[in-house]
Amino acid sequence: MTGRVLVDEATRLRFAPHVRFKFDERRERWVVLAPERMLVPDEIAVEVLQRCTGEARVVDIVDEFTTKFEAPREEIASDVIAVLQDLADKGVLVP
Amino acid sequence: MSVPPPFAMLAEVTHRCPMRCVYCSNPLALEPASRELDTDTWRRVLSEAADLGVLQVHFSGGEPMARKDLVALIDHAAREGLYTNLITSAVLLDEERMARLADAGLEHVQISFQDTDAAEGERIGGLADAHRRKLAAAGYVTRAGLPLTVNAVVQRYNASRVAAFIDLAVELGAGRLEVANVQYYGWGLLNRAALMPTREQLDQMTAVVEAARERLAGILTIDYVIPDYYARMPKACMGGWARQFLNVDPAGRVLPCHAATTIPGMMFETVHDRNLADIWQHSAAFNRFRGTAWMPEPCASCEYREVDWGGCRCQALALTGDAAATDPVCHKSPHHREILAMAEAEGLSATGTFVYRGLRERAEVRRVCKPLEARRHV
Repeated sequence: MTGRVLVDEATRLRFAPHVRFKFDERRERWVVLAPERMLVPDEIAVEVLQRCTGEARVVDIVDEFTTKFEAPREEIASDVIAVLQDLADKGVLVP
Repeated sequence: MSVPPPFAMLAEVTHRCPMRCVYCSNPLALEPASRELDTDTWRRVLSEAADLGVLQVHFSGGEPMARKDLVALIDHAAREGLYTNLITSAVLLDEERMARLADAGLEHVQISFQDTDAAEGERIGGLADAHRRKLAAAGYVTRAGLPLTVNAVVQRYNASRVAAFIDLAVELGAGRLEVANVQYYGWGLLNRAALMPTREQLDQMTAVVEAARERLAGILTIDYVIPDYYARMPKACMGGWARQFLNVDPAGRVLPCHAATTIPGMMFETVHDRNLADIWQHSAAFNRFRGTAWMPEPCASCEYREVDWGGCRCQALALTGDAAATDPVCHKSPHHREILAMAEAEGLSATGTFVYRGLRERAEVRRVCKPLEARRHV
């Protein structure tokens, strides 16, 4: 049994095997297809997910977003980690 | 106005099944093998589903593995970009077939368990040696690198073993567990009085599930489906009639849900009549209960009408005799108190005789159905 992944700024995440993140041409939006589950991430979550390739650390994503969205770093970090923790708990993302 | 496309298709590729589960939600009049769609027709249907906007296909039945062409169908679905899911009893699964399914592009397997106790599970499922085969099959799934869901079908006789089901799911390496109380359709409806748990059993399992969800966060996802006769609000059955799902039955009938054929006076088109997109958009059956315009009171003015979409049409039919009635498990339904009292009485009753699922002659189905019809106008 593997334990729960606790996401912090040092974590690197990628999609779990058999989870697909794809652009749905028919509905013109991004979707996450997972076992008996379909998620429709909002715009910010899409931006986060596009960086979950197993290379970027959470800290890299937070730094990039802090510049990009011109928002306080603390706020961005807490939002990004919340989104990622939720998806890791759902088994969508893995280290 | 164009109707948004469905997200998922339930492909009921066969009604054949080596198991004879007493809670099965398939219709009492099961389709024989001779009426099943052939491989090429299923391939065409899968392609039409992908064109329509379907993203996930759930291969189900009956036991989908009873079809010799299942690998070919999953291969075709995967080539169409569809996310494929196998919903199985797993008693026909072996290591070699698992490898071929995985190679074909299968993404996920859901295995049903009737109990954690082998003998009791086999009594409910009506098949000897089933439990051992399921345990072995779970290993084939995880060794093939596929995600596994354990579907624990809960009723009065195993309600006290929900904690054991949770341990079993963790032990088998499942990422997901469905604690799925029996929903009363088809054979399950027929056997309802023998299956209904008590209110006390329900409260106990709810506490077990809630504690386990917290303890196993990030390790095991637990989906929990209650016997909704005990609910205050109805389930949003199928996410609302003709909103998210379509179902193709073994004979090719295109249905808004897998129990819809129980509704009298409804004509369901088949995949031979016109393509899925036309049926989805324009068929009378799909439009009959789509949206909110069909709703009676108290649904029509209810603030939750676009949350639960009036509940379940087949349940409204089974319990009130009228498919267009408010789902009587809703506390706003005039039938709610009677239904709740009936569930409580059945939960406490000692009825222990089952009718096992199986192919029956029409005359026999009518005979088997008789007590059911007598209960319709409660």
